[in-house]
Amino acid sequence: MAKTTASAALGEEWAGVSGKSISHTPTRRQVFLDVGFRRLCWIFAALTLLFAALLMLRIFVAALPAMRQYGPGFLVGTTWDPEHGHYGILPQIWGTLYTSLLALIIATAFGVAAAVYLSEGYLSQTIYGILRRFNLHLNPLWGKLPDRMEDLLRNLIELLAAIPSVVYGLWGLFVVIPLIRPICDWLHAKLGWIPFFNTDLSGPGVLPAVLVLSIMLLPTITAISSSALVAVPSKLRMAAYGMGATRWETILGVIIPTAARGIFGGVILAFGRALGETMALAMLVGNANVISLSLFSPANTLAALLANTFPEAPPNEVSILMYAALVLLGITLVVNVMGSVILQRASAALEGTNK
Amino acid sequence: MSSAGHPFDPRRPSGAALQEPNPFAGVDFSELEHSLQRPRTLLSVLLSVLVGGMTLVALVPLFSVVWMLLWRGGHRLSLAVFTQLPPSAMEQGGGFGNAIFGTLIMVGLATAITVPVGVLTAIFLAQAKDSRLAGTVRLAAKILTGFPSILAGVFAYGVVVLVMGFSAYAGAVALSVLMLPTIILTAEDALHMVPGKMVEASVGMGATKTQTVWMVLLPTALPGIMTGVMLAVARAAGETAPLIFTALFSNYWLTSGGHLDLNQRTASLAVLIYNFAGSPFQNQKELAWAAALVLVLLVLVTNLIGQVFSRRQVHS
Repeated sequence: MAKTTASAALGEEWAGVSGKSISHTPTRRQVFLDVGFRRLCWIFAALTLLFAALLMLRIFVAALPAMRQYGPGFLVGTTWDPEHGHYGILPQIWGTLYTSLLALIIATAFGVAAAVYLSEGYLSQTIYGILRRFNLHLNPLWGKLPDRMEDLLRNLIELLAAIPSVVYGLWGLFVVIPLIRPICDWLHAKLGWIPFFNTDLSGPGVLPAVLVLSIMLLPTITAISSSALVAVPSKLRMAAYGMGATRWETILGVIIPTAARGIFGGVILAFGRALGETMALAMLVGNANVISLSLFSPANTLAALLANTFPEAPPNEVSILMYAALVLLGITLVVNVMGSVILQRASAALEGTNK
Repeated sequence: MSSAGHPFDPRRPSGAALQEPNPFAGVDFSELEHSLQRPRTLLSVLLSVLVGGMTLVALVPLFSVVWMLLWRGGHRLSLAVFTQLPPSAMEQGGGFGNAIFGTLIMVGLATAITVPVGVLTAIFLAQAKDSRLAGTVRLAAKILTGFPSILAGVFAYGVVVLVMGFSAYAGAVALSVLMLPTIILTAEDALHMVPGKMVEASVGMGATKTQTVWMVLLPTALPGIMTGVMLAVARAAGETAPLIFTALFSNYWLTSGGHLDLNQRTASLAVLIYNFAGSPFQNQKELAWAAALVLVLLVLVTNLIGQVFSRRQVHS
């Protein structure tokens, strides 16, 4: 399609030159346009860079007054009391890290499992086996089913990422909380001496937030892990099978260790997403500034604090919120840069091994 | 259990006595048998079942969300919700026509800002692959992809809201922060996908770089670029956090004195869902579900269009 566009454009020029030659040196106007357009592209690239710099700078500058006033004590203060002018965000930092880490553990377990399931081709092999039993595996129509089903499964997992986070929040409020509440109350009644269960779930709390957050992280982890698993050279797999290893001895002993860096990079990137995730948490975490190990107690996160306080913030509080935003920015930036560096190293380490 | 009697066992004494030493002397062949009674085979099968089960469990929330959307949102859906304004607390009926309109306007504005900037930047990145500026811009775009969406709202608050107040413009600026990196990175990838032969042929005919870009690179890479744009639009349409304190919310249409006026508080589907989800009134809760259904459909359709484009992409 694109080729015809290009040749049609050349056809017109051909008519203009009247049969002498297809090519000619560019006219002055063309050279002028060329240089102009290239400059323009350069300017826009520089603008993008400036924009990114402005983004961080703007938040930093707006946070400066609060930084001067409250200093590093802001990071370890435990009360958020606008009436008396006491501001501290340790509970929010704790809540952010606690919910993100718990969600990350769940999402990693399920996400890597799904990645192994996808990259090992379990589904297509099972369907192929069933088709062969009915002697349909070479049928032009049915024979495509194994690959189609595998694509479908991959798309379904990706679909999890397409659902907006506010919809997950809504679902969490109306489905997850009523569903887990009896279980949580039972756990609290029977095992309340364990610090994780020492409060009861009165609506929103850490556990529903963590469950919903882990669903949102899962597609990221699955996508990056499964591309890391697929990138493992097939020589290694064949060598392991050739030595008589079972499928899982191969997976656990050879494939996952080789892909470990890529998987780890994906997990770190998902962690970055979890730290910055706002809406689902703002709706489900309960917005209470407490530091507690309990899974059922309400908590707060930095992003949820911003979402809930900013819309009605009086002018003197804006700078304080910007300070909190700057802390969130710092944490996510460090985590994201770490994740990308690890991923880059992982793909560099595997380069050239696949020949 | 012993495999000594196995017909292909190399240890089986054959008629002619073996002269050389048996190379399999130290091997316990029963260990290699594929049987569920062996712990290592059993473990392998069990782990396979476990992994399959976990994958299924991971999909349960998806089906639950879709089911709830269709069930709770579907039965409230009617023509009225697309044309009427959000109801106040005790009111019955109503809809979210202004929220759909607001979402479309803000996403449209953000697209109009980011597509030219993003595509031109991507052209620069694809042309000046190894320059220091290109490397820095690429790094910045990659870092921005992981930028928390709430901070995009904080930025727009600092730059637009503090200057001109809550408005659709502020919402659009916040959304464009989130769209820009996606558009730049996917467009650059799409430009790299164009077969080098085509570019060389064009340059060989005496075309300037700009002519090559407009006549060969961009038309060929268009499906890929559009895929990126659609992905960015789908993401922006579903975002709530950047809008919640930039566009705020409004119960009215985006007009003042009969004319379209974007410089005022603007409703959006996502913020409507957030506001109505915690409402104690049944009518507003139902509307939240209906709005969620419309929003998810909007996002999915945009994603699907992106997929259609990506299928038409030219690969080198």
